[in-house]
Amino acid sequence: MRPFTYHRLVSHEHRRAILQSCDDAKYISGGMTLLPSMKLGLTLPSDLLDVTSLPGMCDVTIEGRRVSIGAAVTHARIAEDAALRAICPAICDLARQIGDRHVRNRGTIGGSVANNDPAADYPAALVALDASIHTETRSIAVADFLCGMFETALDEHELVTAISFGAPDAARYEKFPHPASGYAMAGVFIARTGGFYRTGITGASGQGAFRCEDMERLLNAGAPVEELASLGFDDLDIFEDRFGSRAYRENLIRVLAHRAVVHLKS
Amino acid sequence: MSDIELSINGKSVRRAVEDHQLLVSFLREDLGLTGTHVGCDTTQCGACVVSVDGDTVKSCTMLAVQAHGKAVTTIEGVSNGVTLHAVQDAFHRHHALQCGYCTAGLVITAIDLIEREGSRLTRETVAHALKGNLCRCTGYQNIITAILDAAGCLSAPEQVA
Repeated sequence: MRPFTYHRLVSHEHRRAILQSCDDAKYISGGMTLLPSMKLGLTLPSDLLDVTSLPGMCDVTIEGRRVSIGAAVTHARIAEDAALRAICPAICDLARQIGDRHVRNRGTIGGSVANNDPAADYPAALVALDASIHTETRSIAVADFLCGMFETALDEHELVTAISFGAPDAARYEKFPHPASGYAMAGVFIARTGGFYRTGITGASGQGAFRCEDMERLLNAGAPVEELASLGFDDLDIFEDRFGSRAYRENLIRVLAHRAVVHLKS
Repeated sequence: MSDIELSINGKSVRRAVEDHQLLVSFLREDLGLTGTHVGCDTTQCGACVVSVDGDTVKSCTMLAVQAHGKAVTTIEGVSNGVTLHAVQDAFHRHHALQCGYCTAGLVITAIDLIEREGSRLTRETVAHALKGNLCRCTGYQNIITAILDAAGCLSAPEQVA
């Protein structure tokens, strides 16, 4: 790796002061995406600012039905947090499917969300849960935050500090992982709150995670689960590569949605 | 350069490291702890797995400076150098290695798995938990058997004296 200077941030004042003296700083949390891309020379920061010791970054707080997860909370912690499981087990089950156990011990929700990989798992949940992404200065609704493959509404050096959402009455995440990379070939998160369904689909579009409003209309109308098989995606930008054709990924979405709904209704 | 102070296999270590030095290179090249291997260097194979503050991590994808203040356990720290750890012993008895390149990472992973899951382990849960550790030789069957044996989860017909 090309040399850089590492800073362990202890406060936001410290962060702002260091940013002023850096040419090309990047934040590091778990580093599960950043360090491999630095090894490949895809990103060459002059300074790495470790955000994991900043206050509040590792907190999980639940007030009523509102859940807030600090940006530096690891996937492993989310998978195992008993309070989180009691109120929204689907997010725990999602976290348990990320990478492998060693990666989950380092990788964080904030890092994943800020990276917005189109095949990452959390974006599907964020879309379906209508989550908010918090930075040190503002809260951004997920619909405004996700701006296409690896793009977000974050300004330069704006730091994700937490993710929050209202816990649904019920939710389920179903994923078909790529057998080698473990990333989602498609992942479908379906949440039900007050009898209404909301969806988030990842891995299937070059534009990143998206809502499928046609699917929501079917579910909200109380259609039998078999009708999901007739869903079309012509107006959506479904991804095609050597691992799967557009038709294959469209079918994955239908199959995964079917599994999620069957689980929700059982 | 940054000064780091950490515990390695129970001993306090204080060194100056380059900020971009990986933990695995610090362990192998600075401390001579070459039991931790570098397989893929891309966070996939798990040959470099060590325990940091009780959590298994891939030391090829962690900076040495990120381990400041933490307690690291490598394969050199799992036994006293005379008697094998129960997991090492089970790997030996069940022939759970051939070339041995992945073994250090697998043993560290297995110890962690048994500490967390203990007697609840099954062939299926062990296989699932080994997703982050690649073995090119064995086909995993004997590795899984060895881990189940060390966890006390093996049915009688599978046991080896």
